Amino acid sequence: MSTIQGKAWKYGDDVDTDVIIPARYLVTGDPGELGKHCMEDLDASFVSSVSPGDLLVGGENFGCGSSREHAPLAIKGAGCGGVIAKSFARIFFRNAINVGLPILECPEAAEEIESGDLLSVDTEKGIITNLTRGTSYEAAAFPPFLSELIGLGGLVPYVRKKLEESGQ
Amino acid sequence: MPKTLVEAIIAARTKDPVRVGEICKVPVDFAFANDITTPPAVTSFRNMGAKRVFDKERCAVLPDHFTPQKDIPAAEQAKASREFSQEQDMLYWEVGRVGVEHAFLPEQGYILPGDIVLGADSHTCTGGALGALATGVGSTDLAAAWALGESWLRVPPTLRAEFTGSRPSFIMGKDMILALLRKIGVQGARYMAIEFNGDSLEELPLDGRFTMANMAIEGGGKTGLFVPDETMLHYANQRAKRPFTPQYPDRGARYAREETIQVESLEPLVALHPSPGNVCPAREASHLEIQQVFIGSCTNGRIRDLEGAAKIIKGNKIAPGVRCIVIPASYEVYSQALERGYIAAFIEAGAVVCTPSCGPCLGGHLGILASGERCVATSNRNFVGRMGSPKSEVVLASPLTAAASALTGHVTDPRDYLGETF
Repeated sequence: MSTIQGKAWKYGDDVDTDVIIPARYLVTGDPGELGKHCMEDLDASFVSSVSPGDLLVGGENFGCGSSREHAPLAIKGAGCGGVIAKSFARIFFRNAINVGLPILECPEAAEEIESGDLLSVDTEKGIITNLTRGTSYEAAAFPPFLSELIGLGGLVPYVRKKLEESGQ
Repeated sequence: MPKTLVEAIIAARTKDPVRVGEICKVPVDFAFANDITTPPAVTSFRNMGAKRVFDKERCAVLPDHFTPQKDIPAAEQAKASREFSQEQDMLYWEVGRVGVEHAFLPEQGYILPGDIVLGADSHTCTGGALGALATGVGSTDLAAAWALGESWLRVPPTLRAEFTGSRPSFIMGKDMILALLRKIGVQGARYMAIEFNGDSLEELPLDGRFTMANMAIEGGGKTGLFVPDETMLHYANQRAKRPFTPQYPDRGARYAREETIQVESLEPLVALHPSPGNVCPAREASHLEIQQVFIGSCTNGRIRDLEGAAKIIKGNKIAPGVRCIVIPASYEVYSQALERGYIAAFIEAGAVVCTPSCGPCLGGHLGILASGERCVATSNRNFVGRMGSPKSEVVLASPLTAAASALTGHVTDPRDYLGETF
């Protein structure tokens, strides 16, 4: 399914991986366990109130800091459908694609969406619709190689295919 | 077209056109992970159907984060990491022989000029001090590199940071990188490579260069690179585990952004809670009382760092009510510090010296902060909750500033101990 519908949870610029999932919880790789602590140092109410399909909305440089893949896993584990931001930190960007967390880079949407707005996102086309305000936006397209990677289902199937082709 | 340093490194290794923004497939010279990032990498590696790492001399596991194992879950992660490395017969060093990965690997000659290095840790960019394109990735990307021996990179635009003028003795690499972060903020180099240049760097010891490259990520950078010079090549040649080919930027290369820092007039700087970009002179923060000082980490746990701290601490006493935690970043550093009497100076002053580990830097162990506590740390991040309670604070500083602060119990400019020169 490529359509996600849920409420917006809006935060500011430079949301770092230490607040997405604090290092003290990096003793498991289980998304469900990680999800229980997602964003807790920034917003203690998030985990108890988030509903499946809700979307995080960030400003510039979302996911800055550590390389922990646990960050996008925690967001997924908390039930979030994806992240919309003005821009993403580069390691988080790669990690999100690799673990299958939909990310949409769209400065206008990230600026205008308010917390609690009801959003509908077509992740394949990159279309963000704000159902509360009746506005819609188009996120930045991925480069062709990344679209191919996403189309294959992420990096894991991509590598599996390459290894099979090379007979390993 | 003339190339920047990062473009030259990529161009030497790819068949793809090397233009800013283009994605290139590149071979990976070295790929490593730690005790936190290895277990998820192993899961991805298995899911990829991979059987063997591409080259056991170029793939490494370093248990440095929650080690010596701090609790049962951390011990289980370290065990899974060790067992995978044994199964693969790949590079692995046990507690007691390892160090903080970004200090240990260059020391051991595994990261070399002209290399392309991937590490499942964001501070992998530290390797840029040796003219390598070293960059942090997540565990799945790292697993792909272990399986294939290659990865993809988007050619980054380059920010050229020029450091000019003679460096005062109380200014360390840490102050210089904080000066850059003050200018560009925590995302001024997002997706970019930082190329460090300028006459101030010629005399900067390699340890100071590691500090600067280490914090390129704090400006959002993919990597932070130094241009090979005699100092760098001497270090690399002495330690290299394999042949290497240094790369250099071309004259007339196009830089996306240029910044100049006048080093001669720099004051000791600190980054205040909760961002590495929240920089001010140490003297302007002297009202901030502290309960802990941490001297160590992949940023500032090397011998020159401990030397600077020892110069200030020797013969003095840590302030009452302050715990000062010193963690050499590797056993080579630890041994040198022992021989030179720095460890004795720390212990006599009332500091704690721990075994090489990331320790409290990321809030793991060996110095966690309670609510309301504040720590001056020589590490690299001071995000909310980084070293413990979300109601604690971290002030980032050089080892000189951290040591001076340990003696007074508040943020302190090292000149107040050393005078203007020492």
